[in-house]
Amino acid sequence: MTTVQEPKFSEFHDNDQKPVGFGRMLRKEDPRFIRGRGRYTDDIQLPGMLHLAILRSPFAHARIVSVDTSAAEASPGVKLVVTGAMLAEKGLAWMPTLSNDVQAVLATDKVRFQGQEVAFVVADDRYHARDALELIDVDYEVLEPVVDARRALAEDAPLIRDDLQGKENNHVFDWETGDEAATEAVFASADVVVQQDIVYPRVHPAPMETCGAVADFDAVEGKLKLWSTTQAPHAHRTLYAIVAGIPEHKIQVISPDIGGGFGNKVPIYPGYVCAIVGSILTGKPVKWMEDRSENLISTGFARDYIMRGEIAATRDGKILAIRTNVLADHGAFNGTAAPVKYPAGFFGVFTGSYDLQAAYCKMTAVYTNKAPGGVAYACSFRITEAVYLVERIVDCLADELNMDPAELRIKNFIQPDQFPYETKTGWVYDSGNYEPTMRLAMDMAGYAELRKEQEEKRARGELMGIGIAFFTEAVGAGPRKDMDILGLGMADGCELRVHPTGKAVVRLSVQTQGQGHETTFAQIVAEEIGIPPADIEVVHGDTDQTPFGLGTYGSRSTPVSGAAAALVARKVRDKAQLIASGMLEVSVADLEWVKGAFQVKGDPGKSVTIQDIAFRAHGAGDLPDGVEGGLEAQICYNPSNLTYPHGAYICVVDIDPGTAQVKVRRFIAVDDCGTRINPMIIEGQVHGGLTDGVGMALMEMIAFDEDGNCLGASLMDYLIPTSLEVPDWETGFTVTPSPHHPIGAKGVGESATVGSPPAIVNAVVDALKPFGIRHADMPLTPSRVWDAMRGRATPPI
Amino acid sequence: MQVTMTVNDVEVTREIEGRLLLVHFLRDVLALTGTHWGCDTSNCGTCVVWLDGEPVKSCTVLAAMAGGHEVRTVEGLAKNGELDPIQEGFMQCHGLQCGFCTPGMMMTCRALLDRNPDPTDAEIRDAISGQICRCTGYSTIVRSVRWASVHEAASSRQEASA
Repeated sequence: MTTVQEPKFSEFHDNDQKPVGFGRMLRKEDPRFIRGRGRYTDDIQLPGMLHLAILRSPFAHARIVSVDTSAAEASPGVKLVVTGAMLAEKGLAWMPTLSNDVQAVLATDKVRFQGQEVAFVVADDRYHARDALELIDVDYEVLEPVVDARRALAEDAPLIRDDLQGKENNHVFDWETGDEAATEAVFASADVVVQQDIVYPRVHPAPMETCGAVADFDAVEGKLKLWSTTQAPHAHRTLYAIVAGIPEHKIQVISPDIGGGFGNKVPIYPGYVCAIVGSILTGKPVKWMEDRSENLISTGFARDYIMRGEIAATRDGKILAIRTNVLADHGAFNGTAAPVKYPAGFFGVFTGSYDLQAAYCKMTAVYTNKAPGGVAYACSFRITEAVYLVERIVDCLADELNMDPAELRIKNFIQPDQFPYETKTGWVYDSGNYEPTMRLAMDMAGYAELRKEQEEKRARGELMGIGIAFFTEAVGAGPRKDMDILGLGMADGCELRVHPTGKAVVRLSVQTQGQGHETTFAQIVAEEIGIPPADIEVVHGDTDQTPFGLGTYGSRSTPVSGAAAALVARKVRDKAQLIASGMLEVSVADLEWVKGAFQVKGDPGKSVTIQDIAFRAHGAGDLPDGVEGGLEAQICYNPSNLTYPHGAYICVVDIDPGTAQVKVRRFIAVDDCGTRINPMIIEGQVHGGLTDGVGMALMEMIAFDEDGNCLGASLMDYLIPTSLEVPDWETGFTVTPSPHHPIGAKGVGESATVGSPPAIVNAVVDALKPFGIRHADMPLTPSRVWDAMRGRATPPI
Repeated sequence: MQVTMTVNDVEVTREIEGRLLLVHFLRDVLALTGTHWGCDTSNCGTCVVWLDGEPVKSCTVLAAMAGGHEVRTVEGLAKNGELDPIQEGFMQCHGLQCGFCTPGMMMTCRALLDRNPDPTDAEIRDAISGQICRCTGYSTIVRSVRWASVHEAASSRQEASA
């Protein structure tokens, strides 16, 4: 048992002792949240605002024969009813997805998943809008759905995307990475080969705030103001300009406080477009806010990878190669949010943290009659799937070799002197020092004692398991030469202004969904320029107020925007140094920076603070030749590489042999995300991700019946961990800075979501070893564990 | 229909439809948007408010049912501009991230401390088990409640000795 550390007041104010820069600091955004003064999209009320509700398909696959809206139009309070046919007349029935596919805004020809948008109503309140939905009469001709991705490419499978010209099957793409022949050669001569089929089922990020928007179109100005739940306001603005034909400078996208995103709020959803259309047609502000079921059945899902993993090794445990074949279920429209050249996201990092001789992956993606999406739920662009595959298959190998899973991993780690390390699939890991991270986790867990305890319990017939996962992530997309979304390079802008009195405002292109940007970005700027975080206002989430950039997802805020914030502050500091040289009448070279001031080298008595310099920059006195007034700068940061955080996770579970209920007794997480800006916020993000991991490993799954009905359409059916399913988390850290990031930081927001599922599943499988089990698929619910204990483990799909 | 209730110590009377949910009454009619709407099925608890001092999920209470009763929301937690220790605790111990579940969590935790000033970790976890937080993983919420408990005990000792 562990105890909660008694919070001592002093622990929470490291930054009181060090009023500028990194360290534990209370969050600047919290005072409004704890008073109920957060500003979320659904909190926005505008004069004359109308409410929009969407009619959704009850069928997974059906042809629309007719839509009769007459009764709905006559319903009390209704201002507008719009169908797909009406949108088609305006050329708005389809919109591009983030993967260069198209998606129906409102269905015109067919519905292709249960929950697909068919029509919308705008009325004077949300209840009247819902009433009218009931009165829309849609005549459907039900078609056979494709529910099982394995059947999608069968000869006789129904064609889902007959809207695409010349499309004759349900194939989306084929993709491969690595060297097939070299991998085959290694496998052919290896002592040991282990193969395992592994399914990562469909799950959903289900943020507590659902998706929604308020659109306010001013016909006189020709200007659209859109508040929406988006993690990427600038990218959305550009796409609205392309879809709706409104000039980009006439669109303002505001992303107010967001009640959790986790990738769910990256795509553009039909509802946003409907709200815009509704406002244009009624001349009034229009609010659309989906309910929980709509969120679960129609918005960005995650995973749905059916994988076959193979690993080749020597008899003494040297891993030689990994090979995998993946069938990816992309739903009815390919809405994957990933860089264009990476249709499988960053799944290519399935080689993990190990020094291999060869690796190869072949993937086929298919359409099915399920909701579109494909990258969401804190997955770092499919790294969740990659890490799960490699960490599961390594455990299978440990079982085959009868080796300790920790020792097998340590034996095969990429060594510190091998960094930067290019993997066999072409990823260049920037830095890493894996063994100390693994050893720290083992020390914290008391690994040897746990194994001893397990042995004793096994002798008594008790089921205890210890699971290990070690991950390397690739986060911070990304270098613009390789990475773009719909042609938009994945760079981020940052602007910093220092006001005359020495207070500052920093403007970001990324958008917090709870990550604490208002605090950490103030700390980054403070560290560089010596103005206390309390004196730095962080502005974000409004395209009229901030420079262009691609937003927050894939743990990219600190790696990309955080670098931009540090560099823009250095640019301002350089200018401050010029001004200081004039003020102190010495050359620039004779000045040194002591945090918050420039002083004459060797003469601490002669110095000017950043606040003094700011006033001079805006004041009446002379400035050095060639120096403009003001103290501000703007940059656009293009990262030279991704950052590669790593971590070692150890999970301890107990399974009740009578009920097959899995209890996560302990979870030890050691993360290395390079330089740590605010340890409190890092710890919080890790805790949240670990909880996601318990959800995915043990509870969460979006399942479908054979007719394509979604079986996880409410929080009664889609089970999310509460305080009772998770332990008190035990966290630790090591620090291996990124060599190319200006402050050495790496992304961490998704590390725990990526790393925890394999640790938990490995623990459950370890507990079930007495039953001769080497693998069982998530979610490890009591009934699935019960079946596994009786030799009936089956894939969930 | 007309409904009259007391919300955060203020009596309000409004003309409403009988089917209006309390959560929408508070948010859309009274503009008290600190109470959130998250699931419709009483699973998530972002809508928790007090009805006569008891935490209830306002997405499954009709506004009409609150007629003649006292409702308290997150906006009514601070007294005379002074934060409740539970609010202070959530800030001090990082008991929130996106802030969406926070008002409901704090209402439940305040009610817990009112009937059990020194709860164990297990009692805190049990009290919030009908609510979902997607960000924090709950440990920091438990610490936040402990913080409030410890600090309330300290300040009541001070008052007693004064």
